[in-house]
Amino acid sequence: MARRDGSLTAGNAALALIGLVAGGAAAGLFLAGLADPAGAIDAFDARLAGVIGFTALQALLSTTLSVGLAAPLALALNRHAEFPGRALLLRLFALPMALPAIVAALAVLALFGRAGLLAAIWPAMGGGEWPGVYGLPGILIAHVFFNLPLATRLLLAALSSAPANHYRLAAQLGMGEASVFRFVEWPVLRAALPGVAMLVLMLCLTSFTIVLLIGGGPAATTLEVEIYQALRFDFDPARAGALVLAQVALTGLVAAFAGAREYRAGNSAAMSRRPARRPPAAFAIADAGFIAAAALFVIAPLAAMAASGAHADFGRLAGEASVRRALATSLGLGALAGLIAVAAALALASARKTLADRAAPSAAVYGRAAMLILVVPGAALGAGWFLLVNRFADPGQFAIPVVVAVNAVMATPFAFNVLRPVHDSGRDRHDRLCAGLGIAGWNRYRLVDGPMLVRPLASAFAFAFALSLGDLGVIALFGSDAIQTLPWLTLTRMGDYRVDDAAGLALILGFVALAAMALSDRLARSENP
Amino acid sequence: MTTTAIRLENIVLERPGGFRFVADLAIPSGARVALMGASGSGKSTLLDLVAGFETPDSGRVCLIGVDMTAASPAARPVAMLFQQDNLFGHLDAFANAGLGRSPGLRLSATDRADVMAALARVGLAGKEKRLPAQLSGGERQRVAIARILLGGKPALLLDEPFASLGPALGREMTALVAEIAAARAMTVLLVTHDPDEALGFAERTLFLDGGRIVADGPTREVLVDAPADIVRRYLHGH
Repeated sequence: MARRDGSLTAGNAALALIGLVAGGAAAGLFLAGLADPAGAIDAFDARLAGVIGFTALQALLSTTLSVGLAAPLALALNRHAEFPGRALLLRLFALPMALPAIVAALAVLALFGRAGLLAAIWPAMGGGEWPGVYGLPGILIAHVFFNLPLATRLLLAALSSAPANHYRLAAQLGMGEASVFRFVEWPVLRAALPGVAMLVLMLCLTSFTIVLLIGGGPAATTLEVEIYQALRFDFDPARAGALVLAQVALTGLVAAFAGAREYRAGNSAAMSRRPARRPPAAFAIADAGFIAAAALFVIAPLAAMAASGAHADFGRLAGEASVRRALATSLGLGALAGLIAVAAALALASARKTLADRAAPSAAVYGRAAMLILVVPGAALGAGWFLLVNRFADPGQFAIPVVVAVNAVMATPFAFNVLRPVHDSGRDRHDRLCAGLGIAGWNRYRLVDGPMLVRPLASAFAFAFALSLGDLGVIALFGSDAIQTLPWLTLTRMGDYRVDDAAGLALILGFVALAAMALSDRLARSENP
Repeated sequence: MTTTAIRLENIVLERPGGFRFVADLAIPSGARVALMGASGSGKSTLLDLVAGFETPDSGRVCLIGVDMTAASPAARPVAMLFQQDNLFGHLDAFANAGLGRSPGLRLSATDRADVMAALARVGLAGKEKRLPAQLSGGERQRVAIARILLGGKPALLLDEPFASLGPALGREMTALVAEIAAARAMTVLLVTHDPDEALGFAERTLFLDGGRIVADGPTREVLVDAPADIVRRYLHGH
């Protein structure tokens, strides 16, 4: 019993941390509005309406394009379960999501930008001068680059979750492609589509880095970028507060709408294997072309960035004190945020399970608290804290605690999702056995829970670390010459037109983040039975 | 005069991981044969080879005298009943059964009457509009049996279709299949773990072990009167 109450104490501490981060941000906003009520009300003007409109427009278009292309692509991949390079392609499709946003944005610019690869080869192909992509088309391309692979993987997982026996039955009954789609594929696809679309919409609504780097001006700006401009350049707290309010209202609206549509991939319990499909030749040719085009669209920007990053003088970069300091800062802040996120997630999962086993209604609070933060974008939390701290100190001095705390809270839902299933099933399997044998307290952690959770914990940590590592939304508000992370340094080098440096730094950042993500993935796969 | 319904000729099939399946086998038309053996012994592989879900590395699969080694599952004169997921959850009993007649669900008036008759034959009259979720486990398998009736294929492969239904209901369903198979002179292969089911249903039993058929004969002989050592160990543990 003592241990169980201990788990409640830890869970409440995690709740307090989340409450502090969210509450502090809210207080900052509230006080900013209170200090300048007229300014706050005036900030809700036509320009703000325009920004809200563009934020929603680009997110809706990005989602329509990403998911609209991902559905037929997932179907094509589902029709061809075996072709050389299929597994490699799916691994490749995990890349854009695993990369920090600034690296993905630079990859898109390395191919499509005014100084990108296409600009170099387009005239030679007789295409005239390459205009470079920016504004809405640029944002859309970058968002599709980011989200098409993600949506494709999720939809393909849904298609794979259809019972193998249904595919066997389809083969035995002699169903054509249209009937297989109608009877087998469409039901699972239809169930997964709303959740996947909501996820992509949310990511596009809160997209900061891509819009900042590719939007290219006041005509194509989103709420997140406007918050940053209002705080860092115009210093207009009332307007920043209004923007944050609009942003939270917008994401809250979508989240409330999406509540019932949470994406969940089903698992087929059937043990039988799916038979190989034999689509007609016309399908095979069209599918091959489509898959190849999608692969090219994902590979080409990455290749272009690798090529342009290779121009960077890594020897000089590695020698620069600012680069070494930024790398150390990034690793340190990421590790700290990752540790806190994993500890908070475990505490929440443990408290939730303890209360759920007692059938206490308060159990839901801990699960919701872990997820609630998904509704509030990191930049909004950062902005709230910036406004609060700014009242009595230079925000730069508080960069480290705020960046760590906000990133830890942001990574908590992901860590929670990794830990909770393993933790809960372990508790279900072992609670009675441990009670019978009298194994409790530290002995239980040492002998039972610890060994079982060590891999999921490490996996969740690596994931949270990579997530925090790539943060630009919060550090962009608090960063200064005194406190620099790799993404921040990359951004400032771009601002100074040191493009090769930026590409080189992005390559380093991308490499570290991918290594952490790959480690997380490997640890999650080799879970203890 | 009986013909050979299922002929596996010098079949060899190898899977990564060291699994090797070999078989040389003939089953006459109208025969009812039980397949027994431990998990991984090759029972399902044998069914998959006949159904066309597996292609042998060497050897031939002949069905009703025709070489069908490379034929698609739909082209083969066999229907299969699985243990689970036999029905599409979003289609009602009528539509699920109707797929046996037309895989695109384009049914003429005659077809529709046949579907109604088949559902009535398996005891589901009045339940045509029910979704699988609104049917019991036994009723769901009855819908699948109606679909097989409508397909009119002469051979039937059963992969432990009633194992999860409980003993009494399982016997009832086996009896229904036996009745239908006898009326239509269908050839039936039944995978089962239950010796009583084999004794009640099949005149002949194949016992598999490690990807080979190690015993083949009249069911009573294979399981009761003169069981090989390996069969005795499987059934009685010693």
